[in-house]
Amino acid sequence: MTAKILSLNVNGRDETILCDGLTTLQEVLRDQLGLLTSVKDGCTQGGCGSCSVLVDGELWLSCLAPVAALAGRAVMTLEGLKQSAGIAAIQQSFIDNSAAQCGFCTPGMILTVKALLDANPEPSHDEILEALSGNLCRCTGYLPIVEAVKDAAARLSGGADAARASEGREG
Amino acid sequence: MAKLRGTGMAAVNYPTGMHLGGDPTMALVHATSSGSFVVTLSSVELGQGLKTVLAQIAAETLGVPLEAVVVDTGDTDTGPHCSGTGASRTTHRAGNAVIAAAKEARQEMLDVAAEMLEVSADDLVTDGKGNIHVKGVVEKSLPAAEVAAAGQFVYGKSISGRGIFLPPASKQDPETGESAPYSTQAHACTVVEVEVDTETGAVRVLSLKSVYEIGRQVNPELVKGQIVGGAWMGIGHALYETTAPYYPAIDHAPYDFLNYVIPGAAEMPEVQCEILEYPSETGPYGAKGVGEMVANAPIPAIVNAINNALDVCIGEIPVTPEVVLRALEEKARADGA
Ligand code: FES
Ligand code: FES
Repeated sequence: MTAKILSLNVNGRDETILCDGLTTLQEVLRDQLGLLTSVKDGCTQGGCGSCSVLVDGELWLSCLAPVAALAGRAVMTLEGLKQSAGIAAIQQSFIDNSAAQCGFCTPGMILTVKALLDANPEPSHDEILEALSGNLCRCTGYLPIVEAVKDAAARLSGGADAARASEGREG
Repeated sequence: MAKLRGTGMAAVNYPTGMHLGGDPTMALVHATSSGSFVVTLSSVELGQGLKTVLAQIAAETLGVPLEAVVVDTGDTDTGPHCSGTGASRTTHRAGNAVIAAAKEARQEMLDVAAEMLEVSADDLVTDGKGNIHVKGVVEKSLPAAEVAAAGQFVYGKSISGRGIFLPPASKQDPETGESAPYSTQAHACTVVEVEVDTETGAVRVLSLKSVYEIGRQVNPELVKGQIVGGAWMGIGHALYETTAPYYPAIDHAPYDFLNYVIPGAAEMPEVQCEILEYPSETGPYGAKGVGEMVANAPIPAIVNAINNALDVCIGEIPVTPEVVLRALEEKARADGA
């Protein structure tokens, strides 16, 4: 297979990537681009969600994405999004609801929740379960994560009331 | 064909610490020149909250704020010995070792403060906010961080301590067989409601309610995390997870996340737990161990609930739809005969 050079925008920076037809986005992010290790490698076959990233705002499993097909597209990992307001609210909800233990699933969970809330700011309980169905967690038993998603949704769309409510809970 | 409901319960007594001759864990504590206290050990933080719990225990014993404690752990090449992070032993074992090390370091810190304040160390107390003062005279006070620095730079004293926890080996009485094989026992009881679809064999856990008696909780939020996570693991073991082939050919064995089925968010029932705190005499500040036991009682409780729903006697796990349907078939045969 011949190697190919292509350009890819990762976390707002144009990067030049060396790849062949089978190189995955996950390999590029973790190994070529300065250790973007929020992108985990739980299975390398689409079964766990730990490698989730956003491609042009859409949720992708980077272990299943041949990077050769992504020329010119914009990829965001948690590293690139961590300064954004939405991510800060989701992270705080995860912290306040004890929704992380070992943390291995957490970056993928947070990006999954970001993609969900971007598309659907007030998801129902069932819509949350549906959105989380591709992300495995071996530690928390999911209930705290579901609570964190509801909390994040309230913080992000509920305005001042929700913010007051969540401050009350923290206090 | 119907959806049948059933209730089941199971209980667990969970022993912590083996007394059969060697189950030690060590810890070292030292003050840095910036006034933080470093706890060094080899037990492993894997998300259960070990570093938080041990920092709390060290802070409590030293009499300094939680933020002043740094737990440096997990490197068995360089850290003092730990017999292993498992068997729900670490809060108990490492916690006791940390208390011993922190007590020694605290004494050293008070000795330096005594010289600085020109009083007896016996008259000094800590306020838990980072200050050391003379009992009853709050104005005669020094920040612990200043004492830590002065210990090194002025008094030539290493404010540090060593700790190990190793209870004496318990020999079995040759006549009676009696021994004291463990340090403490935690207890729990779980009650589960299930619904079984007799057409598909699928089982749904509707609710999972437990009472835990685990000694004093060092950190109730972490305890809750263990219990909810363990409930989920119990459901996995009871209903889904096995590495055995589904059919008697090894190439049908599950080998990845796509066919080794574990429960997801949608399979989680309502989980409730009540905590009883009967302090352990041997545990750090009365703690026992709440680790492995959280996945124990849910498994037989779920199987008992299924048996109760179907009036059958399944005695294997996981209770997959196939196991349910075979049990129903067998029951129909027996009832017909
Ligand atoms: S590593 Fe991509 S889904 Fe598991
Ligand atoms: S927190 Fe450990 S896998 Fe989710």
